[in-house]
Amino acid sequence: MRQGRRTGTTALLVGPAAAFFLLLLVLPLAVVVIYSFGERGAAGGYSPAFTFDNYLSLATRGQAFLNTLLLAPLGTLLCALVAFPLAYFLAVKTSPRWRTMLLVLIIVPFWASQLLRIYAWLLILGNRGIPSLLDLLGMDGVRLINTRFAVLLGMVYGYLPLMVFPIYVSLEKLDKRLLEASADLGAGAWGTFRQVTLPMSIAGVATGSLLVFILLMGEFIIPALLGGGKVFFIGNALVDLFLQSRNWPFGAAIAVSMVAIMLATIALYMRFMLGRSGLRQQALV
Amino acid sequence: MRWYVVAIYVFLYLPIALIVVFSFNAGRYAMDWQGFSTEWYFKAFANPFAMKALRTSLVVALWTAVLATMLGTLAALGLERMQGWPRRAFDALIYVAIMVPGVVIGIATLIAFVTVFDAVNPFLAGLFGDAAPQLAMGLPTIIGAHVLFNLAVVILIVRARFAGLDRSLIEASEDLYATPFGTFRQVVLPMIFPAILASFLLSFTFSFEDFIIAFFVSGPDSTLPIYIFSSIRRGITPEVNAIGTVVLAASLSLLVIAQFLLRDRNARRPAPDKAA
Repeated sequence: MRQGRRTGTTALLVGPAAAFFLLLLVLPLAVVVIYSFGERGAAGGYSPAFTFDNYLSLATRGQAFLNTLLLAPLGTLLCALVAFPLAYFLAVKTSPRWRTMLLVLIIVPFWASQLLRIYAWLLILGNRGIPSLLDLLGMDGVRLINTRFAVLLGMVYGYLPLMVFPIYVSLEKLDKRLLEASADLGAGAWGTFRQVTLPMSIAGVATGSLLVFILLMGEFIIPALLGGGKVFFIGNALVDLFLQSRNWPFGAAIAVSMVAIMLATIALYMRFMLGRSGLRQQALV
Repeated sequence: MRWYVVAIYVFLYLPIALIVVFSFNAGRYAMDWQGFSTEWYFKAFANPFAMKALRTSLVVALWTAVLATMLGTLAALGLERMQGWPRRAFDALIYVAIMVPGVVIGIATLIAFVTVFDAVNPFLAGLFGDAAPQLAMGLPTIIGAHVLFNLAVVILIVRARFAGLDRSLIEASEDLYATPFGTFRQVVLPMIFPAILASFLLSFTFSFEDFIIAFFVSGPDSTLPIYIFSSIRRGITPEVNAIGTVVLAASLSLLVIAQFLLRDRNARRPAPDKAA
């Protein structure tokens, strides 16, 4: 009887959240898979069928896949490269007095609308921004906006804080005496970095990269604003197919392919980054 | 190294400075400075569409934060009591919810709502005739999708805090004849409070900032990001900059106030509580 009551309480605690997950995530995702084998209805939306046509015509949106699969990993890598020295400086070189403030200053931009911040880059990179300054210096005809460069810059800008924090946390836990010991034992700055600092902070890099990669794969705003119509992602194709041209089955096929690619990439990545170093526990949250 | 760090901070703040500066532009075109003016602030507050979007965003974010924090905390506590496959299944659900990109969550919830509405509306019409209430996209659907999106994050935050707790305190409370609810209220709740507060603030921020999920399920009720996005499409005026500046100023003031209150509390309490 007591056991029964205990189970009842647990069910009550977990029930509402489980209902949300089941009704708004699991079932709809299953429906997305079913839709991906259907046909576009006459007035848009979905009409039942069983066909592989949607998957066979994925290539017509090949450019979106290519851009996403090229720029999302590249953006993640750049983000990590830019974030690491900053996180290192904050964790190792900064006095505690300044540290909190500098850390807070990294999060503050998040409270200004992301859309507006990316829009500001549209102005900075647009023809009246940096190119017009370069023009004065005699370099005319430089185009920055609506290029892959602009999209990459926006990606690094948008997600840098998410990369800095996990790396900072892992570097902060690092025992500073290890760095001294390494120097005492004759290792150079590079040797200490490669053999002590990097291996001990790899969990932070792995967590940050995973976080940023997941968000970049589904990105919509940055390519929409900084890529113009030229550099678009899978996210942009999905918005188009679901909200504008209303070809839901084709959109569903693209969504299913995207999630499949993501899951495969993440699984490979975890095996590579974490599997052999035994850091699985630390790195996941 | 120092210069590198300075450069990064300039990189982070340059766009924000631009937004704030041009909110005081007298002219109506971006990057075309016509002199100082605060007129766009007045125009923004007199614009019914912008104000409605702001109100929608605040209502959605508040409801999302309350519901996601409440349901997520309960689920995290419940999960602690679960074992075996139900627990593993639930963990899997949490990771799916975190790994699926926002744009796919938008699609999935859109499909779920449309399917349910299409099934229920004819039934309602049959029941009540012409006066039947019609289910449609709007505030509740945005809130539902946002709660789903934030639940997993809340569960992870609260669970991390709960896992670090000293269980002997709970046992002590039980030994001292506290009822389960008494133990929860007097022992567990105060200990996980920082995690609850962090969850609330995080869900509020995520919901307030979200564009892509709301874009799919908002129906006629635009949130602030949707309003800003369509303004950018139409050609933006400093009015939007003014709204952005006000939102930034408001969140910064809240941050300062929160810092002030926490410091006050920590000063009175011997043990400072840093981890959340």
